[in-house]
Amino acid sequence: MTNLLTQLPPDPIYDRRKQIQERAAATIKRRTFLSRTYIATLMGCFILALIPLGSVIYALINKGIAAISWTFLTALPTQPNLVQQDAIGGIGNAILGTIVIDLLAGLVAVPIGVLLGLYLSEATSRIANTLRAVTEIMTGLPSILLGVFAYEYVVLPMKQFSGLAGVVALGVLMVPVIAKSSEISFRGVPSTLREAGLALGARDSKIAKSVTLPVAAPGVITGVLLSLARAMGETAPILLVVGASGVWDFNPLHPMSALPLLTYNYSGSQYPSQRVAAWGVALALVTMILILSLTARIVSARMRREKR
Amino acid sequence: MEVVTTKIEVTANMPATKNEIAMQLKDVSVAFSGRTAVRDVTFDVEEKKVTSLIGPSGSGKTTLLRALNRLHDLTKGAVVEGQILLGDTDVYNDKLPTTLLRSRIGMVFQRPNPFPTMSIYDNVVSGLRFNGIKKKSLLDEAVESSLIAAALWDSVKGRLKNGGTTLSGGEQQRLCIARALAVEPEILLMDEPTSSLDPISTKAIEDLMGELKNRVTIVIVTHNMQQAARVSDNCAFLLMGDDRAGELIEFAETTKIFNNPSDSRTLDYIQGRFG
Repeated sequence: MTNLLTQLPPDPIYDRRKQIQERAAATIKRRTFLSRTYIATLMGCFILALIPLGSVIYALINKGIAAISWTFLTALPTQPNLVQQDAIGGIGNAILGTIVIDLLAGLVAVPIGVLLGLYLSEATSRIANTLRAVTEIMTGLPSILLGVFAYEYVVLPMKQFSGLAGVVALGVLMVPVIAKSSEISFRGVPSTLREAGLALGARDSKIAKSVTLPVAAPGVITGVLLSLARAMGETAPILLVVGASGVWDFNPLHPMSALPLLTYNYSGSQYPSQRVAAWGVALALVTMILILSLTARIVSARMRREKR
Repeated sequence: MEVVTTKIEVTANMPATKNEIAMQLKDVSVAFSGRTAVRDVTFDVEEKKVTSLIGPSGSGKTTLLRALNRLHDLTKGAVVEGQILLGDTDVYNDKLPTTLLRSRIGMVFQRPNPFPTMSIYDNVVSGLRFNGIKKKSLLDEAVESSLIAAALWDSVKGRLKNGGTTLSGGEQQRLCIARALAVEPEILLMDEPTSSLDPISTKAIEDLMGELKNRVTIVIVTHNMQQAARVSDNCAFLLMGDDRAGELIEFAETTKIFNNPSDSRTLDYIQGRFG
């Protein structure tokens, strides 16, 4: 091949091509090595990042599983004493308390958050822009602040700790998160669908209800479930306002028990049995959050599939 | 390039005013944030005829089309000047709510856009429901009649409950035509309705237009000159001027535009010398 080419008049493109190919061949080993080094470094970073997460989960399962039993999950708590140091009872009312507070907060926050998200996705006025900025800032509020807020405006006037105060704190915490995630889902609805609705003579509100909302539903629902999961694990506001309860009482106006609260109280206990139980409580809480997150994924995947 | 189509003998004495006018454009200009996109377009849309808008990219065809049903109202900074009359109604100045106006002027878009969460049935009746019509018998009637008119009834009548997006691209576009027809609009705007379709689906929709014009006046934007020649009765040729604003170069019967245009630029374009 070389012989044939040398007989031809010099071709600038051929020369350049030859140069490029020679250079590429000469450096291939070095480039392959570099590429592998990069990948190895990235893998290293990935593993490094997994170590703390992995150890936490390992400790959680390792220590928590010992505390878990049917009685532990369903019974009421009992207070250990010097005679019966292992009498810790169960966390049944705390599990239900957590669920009740979370659901009530969701009941209030979901409609407000979703509608706010819809408004933010459609409106372009100055008010809307301000509201958008406020929402963004509110997603970053330290949750303890909402605990203090609920303490000041719910616990003090009612003169007692209550599930309701927890609902208020978590509700306010959830609204901006839901609004933000819904806004993103609503913005993802193709503008061509909106135009199709308009061209048929639909009012904006009709389009929002019949087109935008159903199309965005998988994303909105995922966002709602994830914010429920996040609120479930919030400890600071709960710690401050729901009080404590050792009975089956889910009247939101009364003090309630909740898993994050119990984890906090037990882990600092003087009784070793309660300190072990703290891991069990945490494991139960993480499992519930995991279930919510997985549900969010499954629901959105299924709804997306059905649409096709 | 084969452009010249079947010649239609035009009787010289036939008065042009004999046909009813469905829509009139008088010195229509569209500007976006002060930049003019289309300038001073004047022509009449004849009732129950197909009027095509042709011209190279950037000549303002789609912009003009979207001015007709006030879809530019959505765009910030868009200003439409001049006068557009739908029958006796001034599209921009009378106190006609845009929703009512748009229920009289249907639209089919470049890409099929059936509502993805709705069934075939719900897609067709969506316009009626948007406009407050709930009577089941009326909806059922509209579904059958519009799907028949869109040449889709036979293939979907057994699966009206299936999702609108389960259909093929060509079928989806016909579903969108049926959806627009269900509201019984006076005018049907079509914005390059076959640009995303394969040749067979394209032919099906072109054939459809010939039948649809007994029912509705059609204004179609198309990039495809053969399509304009095949389906339209009248044709408007637009071209981008020196200041990048689209201008109407020539408006005439399609046979005249393609056989004997008055303007040399029209001839250049249809002979494929530019654009």
